[in-house]
Order: sequence, then C-alpha cells, then structure tokens
Amino acid sequence: MTATSVTPARRARRRRERLLAYALLVPALLIFGVFVFWPLVHNVYLGLFRNPPFPGLPSKYVGLDQYRDVLTSQDFVDSVKTTFLFAFLTVPIGIALGLGLAVLAHQQLRGIGVYRTIFSSTVATSVAVAAVIFGTLMNPSVGLLPWLGLDTNPAILQNPDYALIAVALVTVWQTLGLTFILMASGLQSVPDELFEAAEVDGAGAWSRFWHVTLPMMSPTIFFTVVVGTIFAFQSFGQIDILTQGGPLKKTNVLTYYIYDTLQRQSDPGKAAVLAVALFFITLVLALAQIRLLERRVSYER
Amino acid sequence: MGRVVLDHVSKKFDDVAAVDDLSIEVADEEFLVLLGPSGCGKSTALRMIAGLEDPTDGTIVIGDRVVTDVEAKDRDVAMVFQSYALYPHMTVRKNIEFPLRSRKVPAAERDQLVRDAAESLDLTALLDRKPAHLSGGQRQRVALARAIVRRPQVFLMDEPLSNLDAKLRVQTRAELVELQRRLRATIVYVTHDQVEAMTMGHRIAVMNQGVLQQIGRPQDVYAKPANLFVARFIGSPPMNTVTGRIVPSTDEASGGLAAELPGGQVPLIPEVADAVRAAGLTEVIIGVRPEDLSFSTEASSFYGLGGRGVDATVTVVESLGHERHVICRLTDHQLVIVRQDAHEAAPQEGSATRIVTTPGAIHLFDPESGARVEHGGA
Repeated sequence: MTATSVTPARRARRRRERLLAYALLVPALLIFGVFVFWPLVHNVYLGLFRNPPFPGLPSKYVGLDQYRDVLTSQDFVDSVKTTFLFAFLTVPIGIALGLGLAVLAHQQLRGIGVYRTIFSSTVATSVAVAAVIFGTLMNPSVGLLPWLGLDTNPAILQNPDYALIAVALVTVWQTLGLTFILMASGLQSVPDELFEAAEVDGAGAWSRFWHVTLPMMSPTIFFTVVVGTIFAFQSFGQIDILTQGGPLKKTNVLTYYIYDTLQRQSDPGKAAVLAVALFFITLVLALAQIRLLERRVSYER
Repeated sequence: MGRVVLDHVSKKFDDVAAVDDLSIEVADEEFLVLLGPSGCGKSTALRMIAGLEDPTDGTIVIGDRVVTDVEAKDRDVAMVFQSYALYPHMTVRKNIEFPLRSRKVPAAERDQLVRDAAESLDLTALLDRKPAHLSGGQRQRVALARAIVRRPQVFLMDEPLSNLDAKLRVQTRAELVELQRRLRATIVYVTHDQVEAMTMGHRIAVMNQGVLQQIGRPQDVYAKPANLFVARFIGSPPMNTVTGRIVPSTDEASGGLAAELPGGQVPLIPEVADAVRAAGLTEVIIGVRPEDLSFSTEASSFYGLGGRGVDATVTVVESLGHERHVICRLTDHQLVIVRQDAHEAAPQEGSATRIVTTPGAIHLFDPESGARVEHGGA
C-alpha cells in the first residue's frame, strides 16, 4: 500500500479508533495504577528509609544502603532458601499427585463422579481450615498420632527437621483440589482417539502416559508449574497458623518474614526491601520458567 | 495377513444393543465393508475387532487366535480413524514410527520401514513436519502410513475418507483399492457412504440398528437386496417402493394376479405370481429401481408386465448432466423417481404420464417382515 492511498477520511477513522482503544483501556489502567503500580513504586521508595532505633524519631534516608544490608543478611538468604525449598516441596509433588489422580479419574467407571468430587473437594477448603485440620492431626497429644501409637517428641511442627515438610504437606493437600481440576480439564481436552490410536499401535499403559498423555498435557502442566510456583512463593496463612516461621526460623518464608518484620519488629523500611525482593524473585523465576519450559511445551492440536 | 471372525458377537450399552448377534467371517486378503446409517453399530463392531470395546457376548477371532479377551495393543491390528488421530506433538516420521517403537523394532529396521511406508504414500518430503502443518489429504496419508508400516493381520478403517473433499475422496478410494491389492491386506472398512462400499468392497455387510441385514458382493446386494432396508439404503436415488394389493388379473400374459397400485394395476408375470401365491401374500411391496422405470408414450408397445403402466404426474425434473431424475407423484401423492439418460426426451413438469417397467426389474417384499420375496422372474 502506498502512502498516497491513505485518504484524509481514512486517517480520521484511524484516529477515532485509536482514541476509542485508549478510552477503553483507561478504567483498567486506573485500577492497576492505583492498586498495583503505585504501591509497587512506593514500596521501592519506602525501602530507601531506615527506621529509627527508637520509636518517635524520624526515619532516615539512607539511599540503597538498607537494600544492601538487608539483601546480604544471613536472615534474608536463609529465608530465600526456605522459600525455594518450600516451593520445591509443594509444586512438583502437587502436580504429580494432581496428574495422577486426574489420570485415575479419567475412566468410564461406575460412580467415577463421586471420586472426581472427592478429589476436587479441597478446592472448597480455605488455607486456614486446612491448617487447622492438619494442626489437629499433627498434634502430639491428641488426634491421629497418639491414636496410631506414634510418640512425636518434639512435636512435628516444633521439630526443625520436619516443620517445613509438614507445612508443605498441608499446602499440597490444600491445593490438590485445584491442581486436580486443572489436570482433569487438561486431560479432558485430549481427544480419546489419540489414546485409542496409541493402544492399537501397541503402546502399553505406561507408554501411552509417556508418549501421549504427558506431551498432550504439557500446556496445562506448564501453566500449573508457573502459577503454582507463584502461589507457593505467596503462601502465608498456613505458616502463620501452624509455625509462625519457626522453629528456629525453619519455616520463615519470605512472606512470613515480611509480615514479621513489619508487624512484630515494626520496621516498614526493611519490610519494604523484602517485599521488593520477593517481587523481583517471583518475576525472574516466572520469566525463567517461561523461557526454559515453554520450549518443551507442545501447543499443537 | 489374516482372517477375522465375529461369532455371535453382541454389544450392549445399558440394555441398548449397539450390535446384536453379529456373525461375520472376513476371509484372508478380503476387503470387507461394513455399511449402514449412523448409529447402526458398524463402528462399534469395528472397535470390538480392534479391542477398544469389549463384546457383551460372542467370540472374536483374528488370524488363528481367539482375541476376545486380548488387549487392543496385543491384537496385531492397525486402525485408521475418521479423525486420523495423529499424534500432534510428533513429526510425521515419529507418527509413522510409533507402532514400531511400541513393539520394540530395532532402530535400523525401523528407519527402513518408515522410509518404505512414507515412500509408498508419497510422504518422504513431509517426514519432518508436524500434523498441524499438513493438509487434510496429507494427514490422511500419514494415518495410512502409520497403519501399513507394520504388517498387521488386519487393517481396520473407520470412515477414513469422510473428512476429505469430494475430489480427493474419489482419488483416495482408488488408491486404497490399489494399496489393498498390493499389500494383499485384509481390510475391514466402515462407512455410511454406499458409493465407497460399492466401489471398494469385495463384499458389503449392511447393518441397521445393530443387526446385520445382508452380506454379499456389491453387485449381488444391489441386484437382490435381502429386505426393504437394504433395498432403500443402497442405490442412488434409492429404490422406489410402493405397496400394492393383490387382485386377480385377466391379463393373459400375467400369472392370474395383479398388484393394485395407486393409479393403475400392475399384472404380475407367472413367476412373480407364483411366488406371491407361495408366500400367501394379500399385499406386497413392489420395489423398482429408478433406472428400471420409464415413461410410456402413445407409440410404445411396452407390453408384458405393467403394459398399461401406472398413472402419475411429473413434479420435478432434476438434471445432473449425464442423467436426469424425474420425480413423479402417483395418484395418492407418493413420490416415485424415474432415472433417465440425458439423451432421452425429458417430460414436461406438471404433465400427466404413465410409468412402466420390465417384469424382471421388480423386487417383491413382504409388507409384514420387509423380507425379500424371491421370484423366478429376474
């Protein structure tokens, strides 16, 4: 198309369309701006001020010093490690379980609907309820463990070796319903004929899973990994209810560390630094996953 | 290649019989077509041979082995699906290779077999593409290649041509026939398209509502349909069927009986009359194929059966170029289709006419059971 073919009338129409596009974007941008972008920017700004040693004194502008101090502190490094460990304990296991259950439930059996309902039921459970249920189950003096004759001393949730695993367990259980639903719907979108073709082609159950189910599910799995990791990095409720970051800070994930810094230590500057760090860690991790994993995803249908 | 035997096979889905007491024997190297309208059980029958459905009753034999309880993967069959069911994440090469990999064929041999299969279906240039980047016809050929890469006992094909456009379908039909001959393959082929059935099958098995209606060579099924369903299902346009009351006839060429149709009497020749008497029928359904009907003109001395013909009004004349379908209305408003060659004189739409036929062209059916009444007049 040559420039001469653009008539004034067409140019006017294009301008109108562009204006309309911006007009339609404004409400969303406004909401994002006020509730997401502004807090983010303000948070970065808050991190530039060091809190006074005693209440009542003015906070002091220290530039990037506080960022450097906090981000190189042992507490921060430990917290990041704990957060990654927590995500590592929850995401892969949760997805494996969800996928396994989805494959099991993807069968034409009598009453399979009941199982599907049971498998997805935890989606209706809040983190708090899940935490309380498991807190009771893992209680050393009442509940399941004494009934089984197991003597847990120190109590699981007070044991530095097991506390994080226990919290991860609650998280896996609580998110299993959602993971199951995602996996089951992903599986549903795979044409049955593919499995049948593989069967006639001589593939056994394991081979069908490996060569058909898994590749066909890769977009779903990929999505669940990315979103699940972000969720894991934002987990807070179960830790607050079950362990409060302890014992020995073994469950002190970044979210809890931020909360603790702000609420218990009343240090908004330091908390802001931690929050900014969490934001960037999550962002980088999500981008890295997209870069690394998406190459292996087959979107072809 | 091997034979396939279905011995009194039934399949019920919650008390509904999708396939009811089906017994068919497919010979080695035979091309058998299962033909019927949708929902007639033909696909279910095929899936039972494949092992994708378990029969409720009966025995299935492939080759020399009873496979009724053998899993699909161990049945040594290959299947081409209507949707082709290609693995979308695999290249054409991997797709074709998959049945070999599953059966642990050594890599060197695998390569050769894939190359051969690809070559015979003209896919060599496409081996590294994925199915999403292929045309419908190419996908169909990949599905075929995946089936022939191994030498299974039987090929099962479930409407493999129905997703192709008309022109490609005709071409692929011929290619499939050629492929079958070259591989000396046993094929069980499911379709609802009678043209495919007539042109490809060594034998056709016509099914309706889960029940086998007739099995035989295409020309035999066409010439002697076993019942009204087959008569009406096979042939395009379909066979005309009109109910007639049996009355005495004084026509000297007749066997003393005539069928009283709306718009005229059709005297029955002795052979047909004898068959009607033997069957003890008071009513009969007369079936005549459109190509066996013609129009009586003043000049014609079309004697014998239907000498006078049946009165009718020409409703619509459809010209297909090489032939013409003249749709006529009998006096009771039933429609009858007459097929004419293009060079014959076309009747005027709306004009009154008389329809006649030859004695041998008449098919008789029992109105109660719908079964064919054999007669010696053919």
